Amino acid sequence: MPTKVLIYIKVHIINPTKNFMTRIEQFVKEQADYYGRRRNSLMPILQAVVQSERYLSEEAMVAVAEELDLSTADVFGTASFYTFLDTVPRGKNIIKVCKTITCHMKGKDEIISTIEDQLKIKLGSTSSDGRFSLLQANCLGWCHKGPVMLVNDEIYTEITPEKTVEVIRDYLKKTK
Amino acid sequence: MSKFQVNLKINNLAIAVDEGTTILEAARQLNFNIPTLCHHDDICVAGNCRVCVVEQKGSRLLPAACATPVGEGMEILTNSMKVRQARKHVVELLLSEHNADCTRCIKNGECELQKMSNEYRTGNNQFISLLKEKDKVIDFSSPSISKDDSKCIRCQRCVRTCAEMQAVNALTVAYKGNNMRISTFLNKPMNDVVCTNCGQCINRCPTGSLTERTYVDQVFEAVYDPTKFVVVQTAPATRVAIGEEFGLEPGTRVTGKMVAALRRIGFDKVLDTDFSADLTIIEEGYELLSRLKAALVDGKAPALPMMTSCSPGWIKFQEHLYPELLENLSSCKSPQQMFGALAKTYYAERMNKNPADMIVVSIMPCTAKKFEANRPEMRGSGYKDVDFVLTTRELGMMIRQAGIDFNKLENESYDGMLGESTGAGVIFGNTGGVMEAALRTAYEIITGREVPFSNLSIKPVRGMEGVKEAAIRFKDVLPEWNFLEGVELKVGITHGLANAKLLMDKVKEGNTGFHFIEIMACPGGCIGGGGQPLPTTLAIRKKRASGLYEEDEKMILRKSHENPEVKELYQSFLHQPLGHRSHDLLHTHYYSRKKI
Amino acid sequence: MKNKTIKKVDLIFEQVDHLAILDKTLNRSSEEIILDIIDSGLRGRGGAGFPTGLKWKFARNEDSEQKYVICNADEGEPGTFKDREILTQVPEKVLTGMAVCGKAIGASEGYIYLRAEYNFLLPMLHQKIDTFNNVLKEKKFDFSVAIRSGSGAYVCGEETALMESMEGFRGEPRNKPPFPTSKGYLGKPTSINNVETLVFALMIANLGPKMFKELGTFDSRGSKVFSISGDTPSAGIYELELGMTLEDFVNEFGDGDTKAVQIGGASGYCVARKNFKSTVIGFEGIPTGGSMMLFNSSRSMYNILRDYLEFFEEESCGQCTPCRIGCQQLLKGVEAVKKGLKPPSYLENLQRLSETMKIASKCGLGQSVGNPFNSIINNFREEIIY
Repeated sequence: MPTKVLIYIKVHIINPTKNFMTRIEQFVKEQADYYGRRRNSLMPILQAVVQSERYLSEEAMVAVAEELDLSTADVFGTASFYTFLDTVPRGKNIIKVCKTITCHMKGKDEIISTIEDQLKIKLGSTSSDGRFSLLQANCLGWCHKGPVMLVNDEIYTEITPEKTVEVIRDYLKKTK
Repeated sequence: MSKFQVNLKINNLAIAVDEGTTILEAARQLNFNIPTLCHHDDICVAGNCRVCVVEQKGSRLLPAACATPVGEGMEILTNSMKVRQARKHVVELLLSEHNADCTRCIKNGECELQKMSNEYRTGNNQFISLLKEKDKVIDFSSPSISKDDSKCIRCQRCVRTCAEMQAVNALTVAYKGNNMRISTFLNKPMNDVVCTNCGQCINRCPTGSLTERTYVDQVFEAVYDPTKFVVVQTAPATRVAIGEEFGLEPGTRVTGKMVAALRRIGFDKVLDTDFSADLTIIEEGYELLSRLKAALVDGKAPALPMMTSCSPGWIKFQEHLYPELLENLSSCKSPQQMFGALAKTYYAERMNKNPADMIVVSIMPCTAKKFEANRPEMRGSGYKDVDFVLTTRELGMMIRQAGIDFNKLENESYDGMLGESTGAGVIFGNTGGVMEAALRTAYEIITGREVPFSNLSIKPVRGMEGVKEAAIRFKDVLPEWNFLEGVELKVGITHGLANAKLLMDKVKEGNTGFHFIEIMACPGGCIGGGGQPLPTTLAIRKKRASGLYEEDEKMILRKSHENPEVKELYQSFLHQPLGHRSHDLLHTHYYSRKKI
Repeated sequence: MKNKTIKKVDLIFEQVDHLAILDKTLNRSSEEIILDIIDSGLRGRGGAGFPTGLKWKFARNEDSEQKYVICNADEGEPGTFKDREILTQVPEKVLTGMAVCGKAIGASEGYIYLRAEYNFLLPMLHQKIDTFNNVLKEKKFDFSVAIRSGSGAYVCGEETALMESMEGFRGEPRNKPPFPTSKGYLGKPTSINNVETLVFALMIANLGPKMFKELGTFDSRGSKVFSISGDTPSAGIYELELGMTLEDFVNEFGDGDTKAVQIGGASGYCVARKNFKSTVIGFEGIPTGGSMMLFNSSRSMYNILRDYLEFFEEESCGQCTPCRIGCQQLLKGVEAVKKGLKPPSYLENLQRLSETMKIASKCGLGQSVGNPFNSIINNFREEIIY
């Protein structure tokens, strides 16, 4: 007797593709389209989000997890390992003053207190208008020209309190 | 082909082992025990706690025995002065950031760090305490699992378990350096993330950092409250594991002693989840048949393959990660919840008890059952169907606290009405057990004959393989099942959520060919549940599984539909499978949950 | 150079016709290239000093369809900044060095892992890489270079951590063995070399091993780019022949009041004035990835040690116990001694601990924290206590 072949097998798709995407979701999708959806695309995508948004919001990490088929915890765990992949909100401009040995020796503390006074923010925090975050960083690789600071990707070497005030003033003008 | 042999010396004893063996394994072969913390046989090697470091002649560094493969001519010392100093340092360092509140800790006596510091007699900790008050905040958000970072030694066993064995990835390692810790997504409470409550992390946590939420005191309070009628149900897998709490070999069948102990603790009635396991087979079996009928006869498109729904860890996994497949889940409640719903309706009525005065307690091998009992939809009786869920480990604790000498107890039997079971209900605790029970019944319903396997043992669905499959062809069926004549029913079985994920991805692609899939969240099924005695290894799980199969073979009734109490239940109360009352009490629905 | 015993060399920053060297190399067999590198005695310039030719040989001997070349530009060691300068001034030499390595080991893909702190180099590097890849395509040499960025993690300079990071994971060092030459990036044989090493390899491929071998000493062949910082009137980057004594070095670069020199960055050794004469800079003495930090008598060695330890406490990946907790204990410990909360003898406990960290940590980071710790405690004990 011939066997009846397989019965009708059907999978129900209750939740088909999303038709509405938020701005961040759209952005993340574009990055994934560009960099790919394998695990080794994760860092470039996270970096792109931080470049654009200054930090990884919950929404962004959920979107990345969704695109790369990773767990959100995994995305968060990976991101939080890296100092430059902030998972807390940051200002439009991120100031990172090098705090390691030679920059310490050459007066990074003065630079920090200058910026604190100028922007009225404490080290580690973000100005209330969201324009600046003031952070310290480990060795930035300019030990012969300390003290140094990074503002976003721009490096400023052999800074003095006076020079710092000027640099920050420029950014204040640029970022309304 | 045999592997290359590698010759080495461990503590001056020569040994030849297979290439690729680790120093740790080679030392074990020589009966040298090297202490470990981050190592666990079930999961991949991490090599990060460094407590297993050994001295290798000619090497400046101390390699980690768990992570280093043997090499030709290696000379290893497992307890040299260098090793002892390093090991002691590692233990002392771990203690310096550990909330060593051992006497009050639920893991007191079972903690691997405690055992090690005891062995090494670390004495007064020479190092400065790094423990901060803010780290002592315990996450009690989940009804199943509590997470206490102050007791965490960052061995990452839980993270590896959650990722590798369960593919859930609710836990991760977050931050680095002095801030490194085990965290959920954005450090959200455990109850707000993708955690399935399976408790496998608990089974592998060496300390008291991840533990089950315990309800022992509440249960004692209920038992000693004269106004309450307290009934207890015991899951299949508990009877081959509770003995381990009292020094017995894993897999020792102690059903009778367990019943006796529960009665001595003071439960008013001692009943059996095996009963509702049998009932599940009837309901789920008819559900499958009705889906098949809809497809073959009515030309409809029911969700197939149908998937079992006994394992609440699996259910929550599906709700989070495969919401598009929720219709494929059987709508049957798990045996625990079927029991609860019946206890406060059918049983209460017959026992002349007011369900409001009833307390239903479950003894489960499972931590996810604690969550399940708290689901808002689990109130089919009009009350919370199951009031408290205790793990096998918690039952061990109760028995000890009640001062009962477990091993000397005489066997006793379950009380009636919801206490009778068949061998089919018993094997529910093993991976493949639900499927085997279902096939025993379905085949007989359809053909009127016993399932064509020697001694009713459907071997292809048994064992610890990740995904098992079997096919059974219906021939000479009874007239009412004509549409199944010649049909080959294909079934799949998987256990451990990582395996389940692989299978679900295939199901989504639509190319498994299965009609019915059994899934259990834990490795080996419920016998490897997150609430079972510690430690857990593959060997232990195998022994427990054999225990359940033995129990099955010793039973007179071995097919769910032969359970007289189930028959009585249908006759006098439910009237028919998938009927109106079944729908109200025994079936449920599922929700789509967020993936975070 | 006012000091005769210090010889300045110009191999790294010298502008060369990199494409001519490439052509020359592509015409040779991989065996020949590797033999030359082995013969030259070139050792890794990132700090660990593994013989480069041997590394390439191991990678070449692996039987694999896919192999990778990685240029380690995750220059994070405090006091080191030479790779940034090399990448800025002679990027083509770095790229060509990678192609030479690709030819030698049989790899078709190369990656530069650039630390995020140097992101400002990206536009320039991308442009150079595009041009270079096109040239290779024209030459029908199957090799291409791409960039991967770090995101601020010192430990990613450790080769296996770097690969984890490139693969999209936390930068946690792997267990070794297996070594990258057999299982590296994506599990494939990988030669990972420091920026400077690749340029030296290129120059050896160009000029032959002899000129390199003639420089330096038996253990430390050739020259090395030094990053000189701290209390010195001439901070900056210098390519110097290896094998000089620290005394010669300080005479050349010191400010006349040098009391200590940190050789090899935060993870290196601190040498006090009394030992300047007896200390050779090189693999037979104190090796360095190029970092030389000079401290004069106005500096508190306690503050310097504290800075180091704070750095390691934050930059440890955190996975292994000796390093994660050990770094914290060393820092808290010296602070407690300084404040008088622990007796001076507690420093001996900490030194024993640092020995354990040295031999029981999983990777080079934890293994080297004891270097600065012990050398500073041993040389400047009073400064730590009082």
